[in-house]
Amino acid sequence: MAPRTFQITAGAAVAAFVLFPLWAVWRHSDALASLGEAEWAALWFTLKQALLSAFLSVFFALPLARALARTQFWGRQFVIMVLGAPFILPVIVAILGLIAVFGQNGIFNLLWTAFGFERISIYGLQGVLLAHVFFNLPLATRMLLLGWTSIPSERIRLAQSLGLTARGRFCCVEWPMLVQVVPSAFAVIFVICLSSFAVALTLGGGPRATTIELAIYQAIRFEFDFATAAMLGFMQLTVSLLAALIAVFLGMTNGFGFGLDRSLPCVARPAFEQFWDGMIITIAILFLALPLAILTITGAAGLLELPPSVWVAALRSVLIALGAGVLCLMLALPLCTRIGEVIGTLGIAVSPLVLGTGIFLIVRPYVNPFDIALIVTLCVNAVLSLPFVLRVLRPNVEQTSKTYLKLSQSLGLGPWAQFRWVFWPRLRRPLGFSAGLVTALPMGDLGVIALFGDAEYATLPLKIYQLMGSYRMEQAASGAVLLLSLSLSLFWIFDRWGRGDAAH
Amino acid sequence: MLHIKEVTVQNGSFSLSLDLPQMSSGIYAMIGPSGGGKSTALASIAGFQSLRSGAIFWQGRDISTDAPARRPVAILFQDNNLFPHLSIERNVALALTPRKQLTVEQRSKVSDALDRVGLSAHGEKKPAALSGGQQSRAALARILLQDKPILLLDEPFSALGPALRQDMLDLVAEIARERQTTVIMVTHTLSDATRIAKDIIFIDHGKADHPVATPELLENPPEALRQYLGNDAGST
Amino acid sequence: MKHFTFAAGLLSASMALADAPVLTVYAPDYFASEWGPGPSIEAAFEKECNCDLQFKTGDVLSRIILEGARSEADVVIGLNTDVTKKARETGLFAAHGQDNSQLTLPLTWTDQVFLPFNYGHTAFVYNAEKLREAPQSFDALIHSNDELKVIIQDPRSSISGLALVLWVKAVFGEEAENVWEKLAPKILTVTKGWSEAYGLFTEGEADMVLSYTTSPAYHIVAEGDLTKKAAIFPEGHYLMVELAAKLKGTDNPELADAFLAFIMTDTFQNLIPEENWSLPAALEVSEWPQAFQELPLPEKVLFYSEEEAATLRGVAIEEWRRALSK
Repeated sequence: MAPRTFQITAGAAVAAFVLFPLWAVWRHSDALASLGEAEWAALWFTLKQALLSAFLSVFFALPLARALARTQFWGRQFVIMVLGAPFILPVIVAILGLIAVFGQNGIFNLLWTAFGFERISIYGLQGVLLAHVFFNLPLATRMLLLGWTSIPSERIRLAQSLGLTARGRFCCVEWPMLVQVVPSAFAVIFVICLSSFAVALTLGGGPRATTIELAIYQAIRFEFDFATAAMLGFMQLTVSLLAALIAVFLGMTNGFGFGLDRSLPCVARPAFEQFWDGMIITIAILFLALPLAILTITGAAGLLELPPSVWVAALRSVLIALGAGVLCLMLALPLCTRIGEVIGTLGIAVSPLVLGTGIFLIVRPYVNPFDIALIVTLCVNAVLSLPFVLRVLRPNVEQTSKTYLKLSQSLGLGPWAQFRWVFWPRLRRPLGFSAGLVTALPMGDLGVIALFGDAEYATLPLKIYQLMGSYRMEQAASGAVLLLSLSLSLFWIFDRWGRGDAAH
Repeated sequence: MLHIKEVTVQNGSFSLSLDLPQMSSGIYAMIGPSGGGKSTALASIAGFQSLRSGAIFWQGRDISTDAPARRPVAILFQDNNLFPHLSIERNVALALTPRKQLTVEQRSKVSDALDRVGLSAHGEKKPAALSGGQQSRAALARILLQDKPILLLDEPFSALGPALRQDMLDLVAEIARERQTTVIMVTHTLSDATRIAKDIIFIDHGKADHPVATPELLENPPEALRQYLGNDAGST
Repeated sequence: MKHFTFAAGLLSASMALADAPVLTVYAPDYFASEWGPGPSIEAAFEKECNCDLQFKTGDVLSRIILEGARSEADVVIGLNTDVTKKARETGLFAAHGQDNSQLTLPLTWTDQVFLPFNYGHTAFVYNAEKLREAPQSFDALIHSNDELKVIIQDPRSSISGLALVLWVKAVFGEEAENVWEKLAPKILTVTKGWSEAYGLFTEGEADMVLSYTTSPAYHIVAEGDLTKKAAIFPEGHYLMVELAAKLKGTDNPELADAFLAFIMTDTFQNLIPEENWSLPAALEVSEWPQAFQELPLPEKVLFYSEEEAATLRGVAIEEWRRALSK
């Protein structure tokens, strides 16, 4: 949509923001590292768990998104929104929530053992996968749901009118959409899981579950071995980019098409189908919302007793989130192209620790890193959210371009007028959703602030970690509830705005 | 005979009432401003929209609760009439069977239909490889094979240029004559309507007037139609 | 405009008071947070120094190493003995100039660069109401039923985790890897840092958690909860000492010295127990708060010098990793 100069500037800015720090970390030691047995084991485990996590997340998201796409019920929008919550939680808080349900003495094991079964341990590969599905199932579901709702309604009606069987309907109507959306969803989740650290370690049950990210952490913070850190960071980046490229390539089949996105009042669906969809939605709600509900119940009581500093930190987090949201959308709009999507993946492809260290090394000679810690956090968060936003925006932008670009060019509209009159009205909805996503996401992110922050200017997640670090686990839980409700509110406000008056 | 008897439809806050008795074979054009209820009317005849009251009869039989595929109705949309990942041949063959393997008889029917619309050389291609006009023809070939006595056209061929569109409309008219089909065509273009339709149904504010013979209507248009024509129908 | 200033104040780092000299102290996040000793220490020191003490938080040693001689830090606080070798090798630190004989550590301290300000011992903490028969020696722990579940920290990402592998190495020497293999089935999981582990323990996930001998004091003093206990092992406990040091490149040497001297005062030392939940490095036991005086502490203390720790670290971690990866 945007003129080429915008595209190139945004692409170059994002690429530089990610690659330059990696280079700086490598430059700091200026050597090539050789990897030992432990590092290779970590690489292997990282790949294995990321592949499995991405597969399972998408696998379970398929029936869930399908059920949500064709079921209308009261509170559907709310459910879809709350299902996104795990994704924005600080890792440790989410782990505690999962433990409350699936841990040694969690609800699940209480019920399970009550039926006379052997207690099931969450610790091990199964725990890592469970947590990653918990985090990423909502993301996969959102992406697939978007795919389902963008199937042209004519095609669904055509299939009905031709009397196609369920299988025929799937092959003709849904399959082509899935071919395009699934690789992309798979790739994002795969890349996210590549940089998993605390989740993999804590629920993996020990050093068997060592990921590259832990090796990077060890290299930077304990060994001061920047060559190894850069090397590992580079490997992580390469694998991520490969995944992104494959996804973009696989998703290239054209002619997916876009319909009117009208909700279709369905004529009498078979009872078993309705029952099946209801079951799936219920199970998903239980799985995703139960840990959150327990967290909320334990934390809500202390909410009002949180010290003022936590509220100030919360306000600060909200401001950072809003800033990151604006920046992210500014970068995302020109990057809504195929190459843009690959470049956008860079943001989550590089280890946050390498990114933080690299930025530190770069800015150090010019400014005091402390002074710009929050600005850096804001930028990192914007870039970090880019891949998710691009996946939402790109199909819409491309479609609008395809349909209206010639018209607007023939009318001689400038870039701004094009945006205002052609793209804006059509993009308002996905933009609202993206803005919600991008402001909610960084709320839970500890980010680079952990590496160089100022205790006086802490963000909310940092406050939560501080509380935990000083034995105040209950207050930390209240902080988490605050974080959760703020994130969801931000998301809700923007999403709602995007849907405008036509919300239903 | 198609008989739409005191039908009302509720779609959110929009409601539509239709009462069109005894529609025989031939082409009816349905015109009226956007949002007036044209598409909803087609959807309720095709079975995509359930009725709140009233009934639809075909040859005296109530079809209002039949699934879309079981109604004597075929429909052609403005766009997205073909599945993009299937070849033209397969798209057309969907009228006969959802299976991949066609019998010899089915195969010959498909190729006859493609012949009839002048696409015999293009059966193997994907829709994207065809021009807009050819895509419309392919969709029409499928309609031929569906062989339903009622054909609904929702702003058909509006993506095509005027000359091409007139060709397509003539083709539709020819087929309808041959097969004694009842055609209801939603259109924004009065010239399309006058070209092939014997009767015109004016529909606005969720209410449809009884069909009026085209020349008669043009001679003495009601106030609402006059306004509509004055505003945005003349343009094409 | 008012709103803008407010927003800018929220987002930008603090402005120094124009008239007072600034003393910049790098400290770990837990130390300088409002729930750590930082704020009280800042207030107490500023009362006597006529200066502005500013804590800059983050990963102290990483920062110093990355920044090198250009660091703006005057003093660092919160380094740990097990990693001071790297710090010393940078040559960035100056002598602390304090009298080591004032220290009340359970061992003799001779280091002229790194000055201890608190200490503690690694220990396994448990809930005495839930775990009635907690193992009371390392040997008992190793040979206890595999039903006993323990949470530890990863030595590759956490300082207390590192202290644990050194502890095992100090007690069992060559046998360490064997011991880890025996412990493996009892280790429920390994966490990135102390907070995660302790959080899981409070949730009731495990019977014991790797923490400090001083952890029960928090529950006693702050919560009136007497059920949390640290198991004291006759084989000895590994000592963890936290240190402060002055940078050679400081532009405020007098202030830096004054701060180091302040660390040794009773004012500072008295803040340590109930704000840092650890033992003061230069305060007689009789001066400690009641709860700390009554805290069971190990008689035998194990400790590696930074040289030994640096040499053993790689081996000890690798033994741990191999044994737990099986």
